Amino acid sequence: MTLAVSDFEHICRVVREESGIVLEAGKEYLVEARLAPVLRERNLASYAELAAELRTKPRGPLTVAVVEAMTTNETTFFRDVTPFEVLRTKVLPELFAARPNGPLTLWSAACSSGQEAYSVAMMLRENFDDASRARVEIIGTDIDAKVLARAREGRYSQIEVNRGLPAAYLLRYFAKDGMHWVLREDVRRQVEFRAMNFVGEWRGAPFADVILLRNVLIYFDQPTRQRIVSRMERQLNRGGYLMLGSTESLQDVDTRFDRVELGRGVVYRLPG
Amino acid sequence: MRILVIDDSRAIRGILRRMLTEIGAEVAEAEHGGKALEVCAASAPFDLALVDWNMPEVDGLTFVRTVRANPRYAGMKLMMVTTETEVHQVETALAAGANEYLMKPFGKDEVLGKLQLLGLG
Ligand SMILES: C[S@@+](CC[C@H](N)C(=O)[O-])C[C@H]1O[C@@H](n2cnc3c(N)ncnc32)[C@H](O)[C@@H]1O
Repeated sequence: MTLAVSDFEHICRVVREESGIVLEAGKEYLVEARLAPVLRERNLASYAELAAELRTKPRGPLTVAVVEAMTTNETTFFRDVTPFEVLRTKVLPELFAARPNGPLTLWSAACSSGQEAYSVAMMLRENFDDASRARVEIIGTDIDAKVLARAREGRYSQIEVNRGLPAAYLLRYFAKDGMHWVLREDVRRQVEFRAMNFVGEWRGAPFADVILLRNVLIYFDQPTRQRIVSRMERQLNRGGYLMLGSTESLQDVDTRFDRVELGRGVVYRLPG
Repeated sequence: MRILVIDDSRAIRGILRRMLTEIGAEVAEAEHGGKALEVCAASAPFDLALVDWNMPEVDGLTFVRTVRANPRYAGMKLMMVTTETEVHQVETALAAGANEYLMKPFGKDEVLGKLQLLGLG
């Protein structure tokens, strides 16, 4: 089954309008591979039929399914290690001191299936006293309702717990359930997951002291990145920090953030 | 970085050797815990041993216990790489002195991720 050029282009347009995700020419194979399961689930005979339904029902459930299928949800616990070290040794101690009594909000923006948010929750348990830990509210958001449902469940496959999670944490924070591992209830309870689209209304966007915006800007074009980063400036409390993925930077966007090297990592600080 | 790969499956040893040499590690192999102890005794210290659990002659857990009882090997990190995936098995291995635990099957990302956790990335 092949994907006609006009259908490919229409699908790309829909995905871009709905999510900001840019699929360039040459990504036909990716669209085919990601949408094959959608065809099966929805009993559609061909990509042409799928594209036709997108045209006739532009805001229908198929649109949502197509966007969700086209998001790349790859993530791991403690991805890249260093950012979590920087949080533990620099960012959090500084913020705890700067806001002696108040709550702190950490936002895992584009949280996928929750590993990033839960890594922070486990790191807090390992390194800070109960009172400090209880001051931190962790919020995870993503456009993709499917991954959010998985995140809320806190249930991970063996392959997922093999990736980046220290074995000692697996023992302390997870219970085995068949071939899966389920995160302890009290850790799960520290994280709230909400649906939120960076190119939508931003309803439910938290005001935060730390924003992890990692491995997601790469999917957008420059104007979209600019809009998201400018909006993040407004969602961040004074003196707060923005952290990006290890291959990302704010080089091509206009911003008030200061680039700060902390330990082995780079963070972006909003002037106080 | 010197790494000892201990597994009775030659295929697994080959896979690990390829992944590890790619990142510049020097790799030695042993097909069970007994051989591994001989290799350790006869060569320069290893930074890390990857240890299968079920092997003929001397199994992985025994290897871990033996190594941890010998101060000469205090600097060597140990990671189980095994099909055993029960909670009590992970517990037993860590209590015996393994620093990390990787469940089979695994890919390159999983191995490199664990090396990073061990400070060897
Ligand atoms: C590669 S994952 C990154 C996960 C995690 N932050 C990490 O670094 O491992 C990218 C996530 O961004 C989400 N995403 C893509 N477009 C989005 C949008 N417009 N609004 C919100 N989230 C989006 C995807 O659903 C996906 O879960």
